[in-house]
Amino acid sequence: MSGRSLFDKIWDRHQIETQADGSSLILIDRIFLHERTGAVALESLADAGRPVRHPEAVFCTMDHIVDTTAGRNDNTRMPSGKAFIQATRKAARAAGIRLFDLDDPQQGIAHVLSPELGIALPGLTLVCPDSHTCTLGGLGALAWGIGSTEAEHALATKTLRVHRPRNMRVHCAGTLPIGTTAKDLILHLIGRYGAGGGAGHALEFCGPAIRALDIEARLTLCNMAVEFSAFSGLVAPDEKTIDYLRGRDYAPQGPLWEAALADWSELHSDADARFDTEYQIDCSQLSPAVTWGTSPQHATTVAGQVPDPARCADAGGRSAMQRALNYMDLQPGQAMRELRIDAAFIGSCTNARLSDLRAAAAVLRGRKVAAGVRAICVPGSSTVKREAEAEGLDRIFTEAGFQWREAGCSMCFFAGGESMGYQERVISSTNRNFESRQGPQTRTHLASPATVAASAVFGRIGAASELSA
Amino acid sequence: MRPFTRHRGIAAPLLRINIDTDAIIPSREMKTVSKRGLSAGLFAGWRYLDAGSRTPDPSFVLNQDAHAGASILLGGANFGCGSSREHAVWALAEYGIRCIIAPSFGAIFANNCVRNGLLPLVLDDALVRQLAAQVVKNPQQAQLDIDLEHCQVLAPDGQAHSFSLAEGHRQMLLQGLDPIALTQQSQARIDQHLAQDRQARPWAYL
Repeated sequence: MSGRSLFDKIWDRHQIETQADGSSLILIDRIFLHERTGAVALESLADAGRPVRHPEAVFCTMDHIVDTTAGRNDNTRMPSGKAFIQATRKAARAAGIRLFDLDDPQQGIAHVLSPELGIALPGLTLVCPDSHTCTLGGLGALAWGIGSTEAEHALATKTLRVHRPRNMRVHCAGTLPIGTTAKDLILHLIGRYGAGGGAGHALEFCGPAIRALDIEARLTLCNMAVEFSAFSGLVAPDEKTIDYLRGRDYAPQGPLWEAALADWSELHSDADARFDTEYQIDCSQLSPAVTWGTSPQHATTVAGQVPDPARCADAGGRSAMQRALNYMDLQPGQAMRELRIDAAFIGSCTNARLSDLRAAAAVLRGRKVAAGVRAICVPGSSTVKREAEAEGLDRIFTEAGFQWREAGCSMCFFAGGESMGYQERVISSTNRNFESRQGPQTRTHLASPATVAASAVFGRIGAASELSA
Repeated sequence: MRPFTRHRGIAAPLLRINIDTDAIIPSREMKTVSKRGLSAGLFAGWRYLDAGSRTPDPSFVLNQDAHAGASILLGGANFGCGSSREHAVWALAEYGIRCIIAPSFGAIFANNCVRNGLLPLVLDDALVRQLAAQVVKNPQQAQLDIDLEHCQVLAPDGQAHSFSLAEGHRQMLLQGLDPIALTQQSQARIDQHLAQDRQARPWAYL
């Protein structure tokens, strides 16, 4: 028998039974809800007369549609947003689950909270009705996004019926050059193999470049596994993971911590594990990435050019590229560095942790955002915000001309309230550059926080390395 | 849940790759804490010239008389990628879509489909295009006939094309099963597993 992958080990341990129909009944250790879909799931469950079976394993936050302006309350700018917030609060209380409400000092984006509070842990299964739940694979948790109906299933039974995905491994050799980040790496991967490249697979990132990443960077990497269509992303836990989690609020303590460490030491792919698909990336060859189009696969480098659809061999890809060029108002061959921007956004479950804000602040220190550029920073959690303020990062942002906000998902997407402007060109540390994602007809370019900060200073797309030159 | 056994209907081609759930229903259209009332927001960014006044864009396929009453969508690869919002499926179902045929689907979207009586049907890209070409000549007459019992699509030209679907998904659709009720039949087994697991992984329990 060949060895098992990290994914196999977590899966096997959680598999209660296999069904006649080929699916597996999988034990779910943690469930996270938010106000966008939480109330729908909880109310629907209550209507069916089904209780939440293990409320102590369920958490809920207010992140998706809450305002991020100072002094916010239930009256969010999103039309009918108040109803979502209040219905979620009521349903969460009735179900007896831990709610990170608007005024909670630990409130924040679900996938920022669960690592920083130790709710997500290596080897656990965790689901949330949000596609970016795969973020938590950065800790070695098997975490994936589900719909509301599946969330009801998980809440009612502490299990899900899942068809086992295949195993994929991306070996990341070499060292990322200074100034090139996990965000650049994942954009490169999706750009190279396409937005469907990971379909049907649980994706493990491994290799020296991954070992060198800190935990927050691993979370960024796994966050975008879903943009690669993977079931989830995973990084094997190591000493960095243990150091990161030790002492966190919901992490095990004392003898339970020791028991956890013993278990986690087994959480790695065996040397002879079999993978259905394997990719290799030489990280030493990478440079800061940015997207030009309307899919994360439309990625290039900051130093690169807008590609020519005529050179795309595949007809479907070619027409999508042409459509994206029209939407983004771009011509083939244009240098990315020539593109003027109207706005810069740092935030989201992808890139709004303390290390992200530090990277952006290092670029912004002593500099100003270019005239005419609206620049906004939204910390990923209230804890991140407090920690950043304790270091004085908020002042660096505001003195540079960035708005400094309360924590939430904010303008990663447009829910009807606050948005980026019509046809505005935005450089953004988020995860999706879909049509109208950040506002009606808004043109989004995805990049790392450092690239967003540098672009804000230039008033055009540009890399931080150009500033020091 | 409404079962899906066999369905004959008018098809509408929307052959773009990577049609994401933001496009299927923009976040701004998810206005109520409910699974209903979402169909007006379906494809809002493409379907209307102006989202505010809801002026239909005549170039959008679902606004064309020829495709009126469409209950089947023909889509490009990676259909339903992106956000996990089940509202995308609720909006499609409420609009009257029963089946989407595409070369591949976003995994969360496909799961959401089968839990709401919608069939995510995978055919290869060339075949989807071939079906679209047959349909567009006369969409009201050239209907598709989808038989989930035998996993076959009957094309307007009389040819039958086989497809496959995970058996768990097929059974759920055919029988309109409630997966929670189904799983609760295994409750004793779940409780037993939990008790053993609590001993083996005490650190994992709160």
